[in-house]
Amino acid sequence: MTVTTVLTDKEAKTLTLTAQFAAPIDRVWQLWADPRKLERWWGPPTYPATMVQHDLRAGGRVTYFMTGPEGDQHHGWWHVVRADAPTTIEFEDGFADNDGTPNPDMPVTTTRVTLDEHADGGTRMIVESTFPSDEALAQLVEMGMVEGLTEAMGQMDALLD
Amino acid sequence: MVVHLQRTEEQTDLVFHALADPTRRDIVRLAMQGEYSVSELARHYPMSFAAVQKHVAVLEHAQLVSKRRQGREQLVRSRLDTVRDTSALLDQFAALWRDRLDRFGDVLAAQEGNPS
Repeated sequence: MTVTTVLTDKEAKTLTLTAQFAAPIDRVWQLWADPRKLERWWGPPTYPATMVQHDLRAGGRVTYFMTGPEGDQHHGWWHVVRADAPTTIEFEDGFADNDGTPNPDMPVTTTRVTLDEHADGGTRMIVESTFPSDEALAQLVEMGMVEGLTEAMGQMDALLD
Repeated sequence: MVVHLQRTEEQTDLVFHALADPTRRDIVRLAMQGEYSVSELARHYPMSFAAVQKHVAVLEHAQLVSKRRQGREQLVRSRLDTVRDTSALLDQFAALWRDRLDRFGDVLAAQEGNPS
C-alpha cells in the first residue's frame, strides 16, 4: 500500500498523508512535473483529468478538466505558490467554470507536497492539505461525492476497520 | 491514525445509488444553496412533479436531503449535517487523497517495468 500514515488535525483543518515509494526522487517528481503523467493519477478512472495549462513554477498556473461518464466536464485550477524541483510544491487548488475561469464561490484548498529521498534510494512523499473553514470542507466533500471524486465509496470500505 | 468514516456500508450504498442519477445529483447541488420547494425543483427539470418528488424521496432515504413541511409546501435542503462533522469530513477527504496516491504509486510502478 502506497500510503503509510494519514493524520487529520481538526483544529488546524489540515490533512497530512505520508506515502513511501521505491522509486528515486526524480522519478517521483516527474509525476507532478510532467502533465501527461500527472493526468494519469490526478482524477479517478471514472473522471480522468486532462491538463490544459501546466506551468509548475512559483506564480504559475495549472488548469485542467475532468471528464465524467456522461461526458460532463469539471474544470479546476492550481495557483503554484512554490515549486522547487525535486523536493517541494505548494499550490492553491480551486474550481473553475466551464470556460476555465476560476469560480470565486467555491473553496480553495492549499496543498504542500514535500519529497525526500532515503539512503536506500526510495522516496517519501508528504502531502499536507489545509482547508479554509469547516463550511468549505463540507462543501468540498459534498462536491467530491456529487462529482464522483471519491470514486466508488465501495473502495472506502477498505479503509473501515 | 486509522481513518474512521461515519457512514455504514449500507448507508454508503444508498448514497451511491442516490447519486448515480444526474437529476438527483443536480438536486443535491441546488439544495446546497438553500431550501427549495418540490414544485420549485420540478420547474428545473423536464419531468413531472411526481417524478421529481420520487427523486427527492430517494435522496431523503440516503440522508442526502431533508424535507420539512411549510404550509402546503415541502421544503428540501441538502443535509450537509450528515457530513458536517470536521473529523469525518477530513477523513473523507483523506480517502480521496489515499485513492489518488494509490494511483500515483501504480503509475510509478508501471514505469518501473517500462521506463519512458
